[in-house]
Amino acid sequence: MRIGVVTFPGSNCDYDCYKAVQTAMQAEAVFLWHKEHDLQGVDAVFLPGGFSYGDYLRAGAIAAHSPILREVKAFAAEGGVVAGICNGFQILCESGLLPGALVRNRGLRFLSRPVRLRVERSVPPFTSAYAEGELLRVPIAHGEGCYAADDATLDALEREGRVLFRYVDERGEPTPAANPNGSARNVAGIVNAAGNVLGMMPHPERAVDALLGSADGRGLFRSLAEHLSAAVAR
Amino acid sequence: MNTPTAATDRVQPRAGDPPISPALVAEHGLSADEYRLILEILGREPTFTELGVFSAMWSEHCGYKNSRPLLKTLPTQAPWVLQGPGENAGVIDVGDGWAVAFKIESHNHPSAVEPYQGAATGVGGILRDVFTMGARPIAVLDSLRFGELDGPGAERVRYLFAGVVKGIGDYGNCVGIPTVGGEVYFDAAYEGNPLVNAMAIGLLRQDELIKGVAEGVGNPIMAVGSKTGRDGIHGATFASAELSEESEAKRPQVQVGDPFTEKLLLEASLELIRSGHIVGIQDMGAAGLVSSSTEMAARGGTGVDLEITRMPLRERGMTPYEILLSETQERMLVVAKRGREDEVRRILGRWDLDAEVIGQVTDTGRYVVREHGQVVVDIPGEPLVGACPSYTRAGREAPELAELRAFDPLSLAPLPEEADPAWTLERLLDAPSIASKRWVYEQYDSTVRTNTVVGPGSDAAVLRLRGTGRAIAATVDCNGRYVYLNPRRGGALAVAEAARNLACSGALPRAVTDNLNFGNPLKPEAYHQLAEAVAGIAAACRALETPVTGGNVSLYNENPRGAIYPTPTIGMVGVVEDLAHVTTAGFKAEGDAIVLLGRNTAELGGSEYLKVIHGRVAGDAPALDLAAERALQRCLLAAIRAGLVRSAHDCAEGGLAVALAESAFAGGERPFGMEVELRDELPLNALLFGEAASRVVVSCAPESVDALLALAAEHGVPAAQVGVVGVPGGTFRVAAAGAVLAAPVAQLAAVYERAIPRRMERGVEAVFAELHSEVSLP
Repeated sequence: MRIGVVTFPGSNCDYDCYKAVQTAMQAEAVFLWHKEHDLQGVDAVFLPGGFSYGDYLRAGAIAAHSPILREVKAFAAEGGVVAGICNGFQILCESGLLPGALVRNRGLRFLSRPVRLRVERSVPPFTSAYAEGELLRVPIAHGEGCYAADDATLDALEREGRVLFRYVDERGEPTPAANPNGSARNVAGIVNAAGNVLGMMPHPERAVDALLGSADGRGLFRSLAEHLSAAVAR
Repeated sequence: MNTPTAATDRVQPRAGDPPISPALVAEHGLSADEYRLILEILGREPTFTELGVFSAMWSEHCGYKNSRPLLKTLPTQAPWVLQGPGENAGVIDVGDGWAVAFKIESHNHPSAVEPYQGAATGVGGILRDVFTMGARPIAVLDSLRFGELDGPGAERVRYLFAGVVKGIGDYGNCVGIPTVGGEVYFDAAYEGNPLVNAMAIGLLRQDELIKGVAEGVGNPIMAVGSKTGRDGIHGATFASAELSEESEAKRPQVQVGDPFTEKLLLEASLELIRSGHIVGIQDMGAAGLVSSSTEMAARGGTGVDLEITRMPLRERGMTPYEILLSETQERMLVVAKRGREDEVRRILGRWDLDAEVIGQVTDTGRYVVREHGQVVVDIPGEPLVGACPSYTRAGREAPELAELRAFDPLSLAPLPEEADPAWTLERLLDAPSIASKRWVYEQYDSTVRTNTVVGPGSDAAVLRLRGTGRAIAATVDCNGRYVYLNPRRGGALAVAEAARNLACSGALPRAVTDNLNFGNPLKPEAYHQLAEAVAGIAAACRALETPVTGGNVSLYNENPRGAIYPTPTIGMVGVVEDLAHVTTAGFKAEGDAIVLLGRNTAELGGSEYLKVIHGRVAGDAPALDLAAERALQRCLLAAIRAGLVRSAHDCAEGGLAVALAESAFAGGERPFGMEVELRDELPLNALLFGEAASRVVVSCAPESVDALLALAAEHGVPAAQVGVVGVPGGTFRVAAAGAVLAAPVAQLAAVYERAIPRRMERGVEAVFAELHSEVSLP
């Protein structure tokens, strides 16, 4: 199993993703350079967090037009598994692979803190290792993580079961107080219609070792590993 | 390129440069004596460009002319010190072939006039100091001082505070280096002259250490990174004068940061260092090209010959003077191996950065700069760096201080409200210097790079060293009020507290980087503070075996209303031998025993209690016995290593009551209740809120109490069980001196958490809106 982690200029969670793939998936990790067109035969692609191209225009806007993204789009169109975390989520929205947009946090400040997430659905390839309704503790670290979309899009996401993670309180309720950034309907992570492209603002790759406060992110990597090894076996 | 020459007579003033006059010399911050020395060194009148070069190199910021004799008294050596003062950063051995590079630097004056960019570029500069040693930055800590958040000047203070925090956050977050700790104090003494000290820590293999040295005659000197503009010209000289009403006009001397380019430069520099194509690398920081090129040549014992027109520029018509002194950010000076220029360009090009050959290393020992081949600067290199005059001045204590110290705080009549000690505690928990700094550190990414075992909000930050089973701990500390009241003792107390914080986290304190923030050294009172504080630091560093590996001196921290508190910020790094030893401040379980290590005293001098409750800064700083301090720390470490300790928290501002409260609050999502009884026969307020040094609040399993007390006795450390951890959400209760302090812990925690947000909410969105409009594309 070979997992690609894209490095854009300004990516800064690429190394964390790379290590999480190694330790939590027990898989081979390779860096994919933004200027290239070669996905090196990987089985899945991570778009990591950071400030791609400085995010000077709009978070993720320039990365969405980078050479490697052309290949990532083609890969996703053929059913390839793609996960965008934080800036990666922003890039996926900017490139049209996911609906909606990430705008400045309500409160206008960058926020770095652990949050509680509820797993909304237990489905491959991203969340099958979790139980539905399971509560996770995962860090966020972003200034533009407020998920915004029109009501029709949000209704469709809910109806089609495409909201995978929601910000909740300690009782598992999606309250306004538990919503760190003002995201519509407390949405923290969504998938595309086909279910093979995930975007999420929280950082599961920073929650794979209890020493650092939480290992709750491992389930995402385990889910992926199960899905991909089953696919390889077929 | 022309062949190097030492022909002094070929130097000619450039057309259009102003003639040298006494007024121009004075404007450059040089005294008449210093100018005479320049005439002697050159044997002729300097050109305007040369005057600029001397001005920058002999500024306090680069030349340390008022502090050098004092700095020489600091201990700098230990078997684990791989690189002491004099390089871009200090380096210590942390085992298994790994080393840690670290350094602290101030950006006080830029932040006073332009908080966002001033603070951001402070972070950028200190990161470059660390990665030019070949170290990958793994953490940043910040030590900040502002005026009061309440009262008449508060609006501007809030603007400075919000801007500095956002500047630090935006820069560090974008580069992707976690900001893992720090300290923030608020006091009217810092109004108008905030302190912004940033410390960076980097990790490297010992065999990958590289230095800022220009070696190998004929080797090309290359400028790398951002193109040079007119920003920040004479920033180093600006930083070496007092702030005044005109300082606002010097906003153009504040540099503009671009963290995205910094990230590219970081990756490219580390790749470059590992490639073996270069012999030396240095940040073009304060005094830009001048200081980086002269310092590299001085370390190599060589000369340099630069063709200034080859410098990549982003503005037209820049003069050699401007190019040499520009402080454009995100630039590096690299000495490559001859013939490897293209490899260097290829590595930089991969990161879309420029690399241009601008000169070469020579054997003349001279600092030569040309413009289209015409020599505009030709200065003997050794005296330019080495002959910077240094001054040992006569210090004199301000007369009112002896009187202040003699004040007996116990003579104060308590306020009527103090009849309920819970009222007093709430007032202290609401004081911004004591209150939770969550509002600050939540704006910093503290978890990126996935090494942060203990982040902001505990005594020290702890970062794992991947693959070793070990960790490093780091902290920044100083109580400027203590240093003001008693400079020597205050300097020692800052070192002691930093080391104590590391010990509380399970680390053996190893080495120091210090940031000496003081007033105008030409004033005997300020010089006295500096000299005395350095003496205190030196004594404590010797006693605690934490040599100073480098640092920064920031003098002239004054504004029209007077000097700041003398603030020698101590950045300290320690090593946690085993990840199992990592310890935090928060209580862990109901029923655990609470043990106090150290001795309570009747001291209240210089305390937050006196300031907050009685509005006084008086009395003497807490007494410090360095031998007792050392014994306490060694005892605590032994107890932690023996597995006897569940939590440990230093007793500092606000005294024992605040320390207990903080341990209760940090215990988890629901703060713990607590039942404590203090039996010392001491005045109530001193017992609860006095700031006696060398004390630590520890919690342990009930069955460990005897072993812990026995261990303390072995180390000669006073120790006693003082109470028990209660239920989460319960009552916080301390009985002492015939009185009882009791309050719901949730209520106290709410005061502690709300103190800063409630002061910042009003109008803060407007502050951010303004900041946001200032941050445009670089």
